[in-house]
Amino acid sequence: MFPTSFEYHRATSVADAVAMLAERPDAKLLAGGHSLIPAMKLRLAAPGMLVDLGPVAELKGVALGDGVATIGAMTTYDELRFADGIGAAFPAVVEASSVIGDQQVRANGTIGGALAHNDPAADLTAVFLALGGSVEVVGSSGQRTIDGEELFVDLWTTSLEPDDVITRVMLPMPAGGVRSAYKKHAHPASGYAVVGVAVAIEEAGGVVSKASIVVTGATSKPTHAAAAEAAMAGKPFAGATIAEAAALAADGLEINGDAYASETYRAQLIKVLTKRALEAARNR
Amino acid sequence: MADAIAGVAKTQVTVSVNGQQRTGSVEPRTLLVHFLRDDLGLTGTHVGCDTSQCGACVVTVDGVTTKSCTKLAVQVDGSSVETIEGLADGTNYHPIQDAFWEKHGLQCGYCTPGMIMSARSLLERNPNPAEEEIRHELEGNLCRCTGYQNIVKSVQYAAEKMRQGAD
Repeated sequence: MFPTSFEYHRATSVADAVAMLAERPDAKLLAGGHSLIPAMKLRLAAPGMLVDLGPVAELKGVALGDGVATIGAMTTYDELRFADGIGAAFPAVVEASSVIGDQQVRANGTIGGALAHNDPAADLTAVFLALGGSVEVVGSSGQRTIDGEELFVDLWTTSLEPDDVITRVMLPMPAGGVRSAYKKHAHPASGYAVVGVAVAIEEAGGVVSKASIVVTGATSKPTHAAAAEAAMAGKPFAGATIAEAAALAADGLEINGDAYASETYRAQLIKVLTKRALEAARNR
Repeated sequence: MADAIAGVAKTQVTVSVNGQQRTGSVEPRTLLVHFLRDDLGLTGTHVGCDTSQCGACVVTVDGVTTKSCTKLAVQVDGSSVETIEGLADGTNYHPIQDAFWEKHGLQCGYCTPGMIMSARSLLERNPNPAEEEIRHELEGNLCRCTGYQNIVKSVQYAAEKMRQGAD
């Protein structure tokens, strides 16, 4: 099995990649390639050109400081989960990037690729949203920042323009700390999230000041469990609050069903995984 | 694949394969596994599913464990690739190869090159993995014969031998 013919361009810099995307509307960016190349082999995608970001060194690396973690878009899941300080600051990032696909996907797949692809059953998209992440983007009109809340539009669809390149992913590190966790029910064959729940809880004065609970796998894009989030605000981060939030976690969500897991089953998984994720976060 | 089918110019790639510089002319769509097998004649790397599931094609690219059916040959231009053929030193097998023999970690053997290459990457990172970790790290390698029990035992045995060797 091999893709339809295409031309190949090794990008030398972000500017070079943006220029090539602007010149060639049939071009697609190649990051880790672990979603795009399989799709091309199945002829689900047939770009006329691939612009390979692999050689662009400026897109690699993880840096923590000044209240924000900055992650190069071409940082692989393995580089991310083993990066100094990431595990201590964001346990949910490590939990999610340790259960993506298989070890070869984790070694090759990238955070920027995952966010741009926006697979509805991806893991890291939910964690990114729960942690209040944003992306720095460079396009032909220059550089700008897109808040995570504005990035994901629908199934495999984002607000990125065709000639945009995600360059960096920013995760805020609040002064008071954030307790996070990610729990997933993986499809037994594909490993994709049937349901995944990412939580990020901030506290002030002994009560929850900000609760972020984001569901993936069950919905067409990573989606806040708004009813559960509202139920936690202003209450102590304790067992009763967790139980109340978990019971409400599927309320108001448009949940998809398929041959493996019905809508009802997924709703139940959302409640169970929300409870487990909140309990894990509380114990951090 | 004939040039005429593609209508796209072939490009030259130079790759260090098991320590030897190898050069070939490929279409951009040529997968690394086909470059290794068809152009370089290194048929130890297998094609099982061809859909990124089974792991029979696992190699390392610059030390990174990689399914060579999910990597383009043009992507690895200038890189260093290791395949199953590079593990043995003459007639001396690599400890993981010995372990698969000793602990009956294979039946038909089709998945074995990929299993061994994945196990090697695992043991480089963690010389003493727990059984659960071995199973998790080998999730991308499918075996239809063994039920995995003896594969796990082989990796544990190899880990033990390699730790002893490192002392």
